[in-house]
Amino acid sequence: MQIYDVAIIGAGAVGTAIARELSKLSIKVVVVDRLNDVGGDASKSNSAIIHTGFDAPPDSLESRMVVNANPLYDKLCCDLDIPFKRTGAVLVAVTETEEAELPSIMAKAHANHVDDLEMLSAKEVLELEPAVTPDVRGGLLVPRESIIDPFLFVVALAENATANGTEFLTGWEVSNLTFNENEYTVESPKGEITAKFVVNAAGLFADKISSFLGIDDFKVHPRRGQFHILDKAAPIGTKRIILPVPTKVSKGKICTPTIHGNWLIGPTAEELDDKTATQSTPEGLSDIVAGVVKLVPGVDARYAITQYAGLRPVRTPGGYHLRTFENLPGFLELSGIRSTGLTSSLAVARYGCEKLFKMGLSNKYKKHFVSKRQAIPCFREADEKARNKLIKQNPLYGKVICRCETVTEAEIVEAIRRKPGATDLDGIKRRVRAGLGRCQGGFCGMRTPQILARELDISIEEVTKKGTGSEILDGTTKSLRA
Amino acid sequence: MKKTNCDVAVIGAGPAGLAAAISAYENGARDVILIERDKYLGGILQQCIHNGFGIHVLGEDKTGPEYAEHFIQQVEKLPINCLTETMVLDLSENLTIQASSKQGILHIQPKAVVLAMGCRERTRGAIALPGKRPAGIMTAGTAQRFINCEGYLPGKKILILGSGDIGMIMARRLHLEGAQVQAVVEIMDCIGGLSRNLVQCLQDFDIPLYLRHIITDIRGDKRVEGVDFAPLGDEGQPQLDKKISLDCDTLLLSVGLIPENELSKKAGIQLDKITGGPIVDKNFHTSVPGIFAAGNVAQVFDLVDHVSICGMQAGKSAAEYARGELEHFSESLSKVKAGPGVGTVLPQVLSGPADGPLKFYLRARQVTRKALLQLRNSQNEVVFKKKFRTVRPAEMISVTADNLDCSANEYTFELIGEDNG
Repeated sequence: MQIYDVAIIGAGAVGTAIARELSKLSIKVVVVDRLNDVGGDASKSNSAIIHTGFDAPPDSLESRMVVNANPLYDKLCCDLDIPFKRTGAVLVAVTETEEAELPSIMAKAHANHVDDLEMLSAKEVLELEPAVTPDVRGGLLVPRESIIDPFLFVVALAENATANGTEFLTGWEVSNLTFNENEYTVESPKGEITAKFVVNAAGLFADKISSFLGIDDFKVHPRRGQFHILDKAAPIGTKRIILPVPTKVSKGKICTPTIHGNWLIGPTAEELDDKTATQSTPEGLSDIVAGVVKLVPGVDARYAITQYAGLRPVRTPGGYHLRTFENLPGFLELSGIRSTGLTSSLAVARYGCEKLFKMGLSNKYKKHFVSKRQAIPCFREADEKARNKLIKQNPLYGKVICRCETVTEAEIVEAIRRKPGATDLDGIKRRVRAGLGRCQGGFCGMRTPQILARELDISIEEVTKKGTGSEILDGTTKSLRA
Repeated sequence: MKKTNCDVAVIGAGPAGLAAAISAYENGARDVILIERDKYLGGILQQCIHNGFGIHVLGEDKTGPEYAEHFIQQVEKLPINCLTETMVLDLSENLTIQASSKQGILHIQPKAVVLAMGCRERTRGAIALPGKRPAGIMTAGTAQRFINCEGYLPGKKILILGSGDIGMIMARRLHLEGAQVQAVVEIMDCIGGLSRNLVQCLQDFDIPLYLRHIITDIRGDKRVEGVDFAPLGDEGQPQLDKKISLDCDTLLLSVGLIPENELSKKAGIQLDKITGGPIVDKNFHTSVPGIFAAGNVAQVFDLVDHVSICGMQAGKSAAEYARGELEHFSESLSKVKAGPGVGTVLPQVLSGPADGPLKFYLRARQVTRKALLQLRNSQNEVVFKKKFRTVRPAEMISVTADNLDCSANEYTFELIGEDNG
């Protein structure tokens, strides 16, 4: 049986961020996830924004984590070679009541030590963002609100951790967790592992994982957020993240550019019980448009190329809880990390490490930590000279598979070969964007499975969208059966 | 940077591109380059193994691959330079083509270009279909390729959304493969495809068709487990109390086709908001001099025969333009508009006096019986008319107008039915 120093449960943003942090140490780390790939649930379906924490609950652990994490992204994204853009956000007040809220939002930002906000007049809002509604009465500029590719963020963290010796076990759902004499046994239908330290980074399922160890003082329920993704060619015209004045329940429905040039509008905020309720609904989708159109009148569902829904983990009682327990030495629970978790993950990872050190984890740093990860060379963004060089090195760079996003066969192959690599269609889509364009896989949808089958040495019938049970084909035609 | 010069470059080797390349050569263009992103020529025809192709052009009822083969053989006999597995990345206003291939980035400088990229299918996202996102949801065309070209089935229990031609044809194809086709669900109150496909693909196999119904939910986490759909009420709202839940493992979408014009936009070509394709004249000349658009890239056609006919005309025009014998339409042109009852019309502009009969392709807005199609000039005078027993949006109307003097600034087609006229 494998014995690890640390087992991390959950390969979302928080789990992979702490994995990368721990991979700097001379210890053995494993990350397990019930899904077929890294990227988690909430980590892959959110608003793709790196927040400043200006509107966090002041003096909370959440505020501390988010505010501290934001400045870490410039270097990290540089090290991991992933796109990141400090677009800034404009918070837009449309009604008189909303306008009256602006000073208290500003005060809250100061209370969170976010001191770089700027009060804007209606005229100033429109100068910055002419596509915002002419009914705007005023606003706030939040300069460091930023955008990122959340898939690549998690994949890059995982790849970098792997390069430094971390193991990833996917499709590995934890069915039990027990503590016995200074070590933990983590069980799954696929086998079991032993670790001296366990980190619960299971997000929506953090309550279930903790309950295996007798911790029953909290529950996590999903708050669904539905989104539309709009075509790159849509005439939206905004450059920054456009935020409404937040309500008590959520940050409200926003309109943000994506790092790849699309627009994202959403989310809804629906309190649910079912942790699998990832469906979008007709009401939810029309609510998004109805909400966002008040801020940016040019938004229209006609420009939508796809929709998705994410489940934000909502903890009761609320708040970030990054806890250790006297009777469970070596167990670290990271719960209550809600929608701000994508941002806070980097700070939570460092804070979590410190907690593990305090419980006795060796803080001996490796001499040869590989801090940098290189992105898969992207044909779409290369200039002509670079393109020719890529094709010369690997002729598969000359074969465009996804025409909407101009993704070549070479990039798809590389996404599969990396570790942890793509093993299904969603994995390829998230790593190199094949199938994420406006035709949504109409052309590459039949070619990508063939490449996957070839590279993984499986039959095309075994190719899945997102792991066993999600096979895309079912049998052969009669002529082949005969 | 090495540039390859040529007379005519054709982008796309489907039915429009094949016809255009042949016709360009036959009309005097000597260097003709045909660029195709796939391994083979023929485009979508290769996966259309049903019949119904060639009745107008060849006088024979052929399957898609047979029809394609007819043109491919001609192309192969002629000294046409076919670049397969080559994807055009960029097209500029001065007709420079940049393409990627395994040999590297190619630059082609033709004297005339024919756009023949065809169309693509509308997707789930474009119609904001609610529900979960499991495996088992694909467009009918993707399923068609898997079944007919690769030999694999997308599933065993099928529901089809949309009654476009590909959807109905796939309903029959899957039924013949032993799959259980549960239903075809259509939002409109008439089918989206040809009547012949309704009869031959659905009715002949007792496949249920639900008109005026929409999908309200898709179930299943890993693979599709079922679909809910409901009839639309008078206000266009789904009547959830009359919801039907069917178990299925596959949902195919046949919800419309969109002309493929990413390159046209790069070249700065003016597009028609309604057809989704370039605005063209009778020669299929677009707003950019020297660029022609043929087939589904200009407007989604019902029959491939029309696509080939347009391709031939565009190829001929491109050859003439390359020789300097054809002028671009000037500023003083007349516009052709889709008036009451008419959905789309092609060509949208007329350049100078017609030197012969003018062919128009139109689509009706709704099913109209005892229909009268009229063309009016700026003075509201009827300059052309034709009667039809029935016109349907799915079936293209093609008419030829003789002796149109093209002197008016604007012409408008209108369709009047007995009921509403």
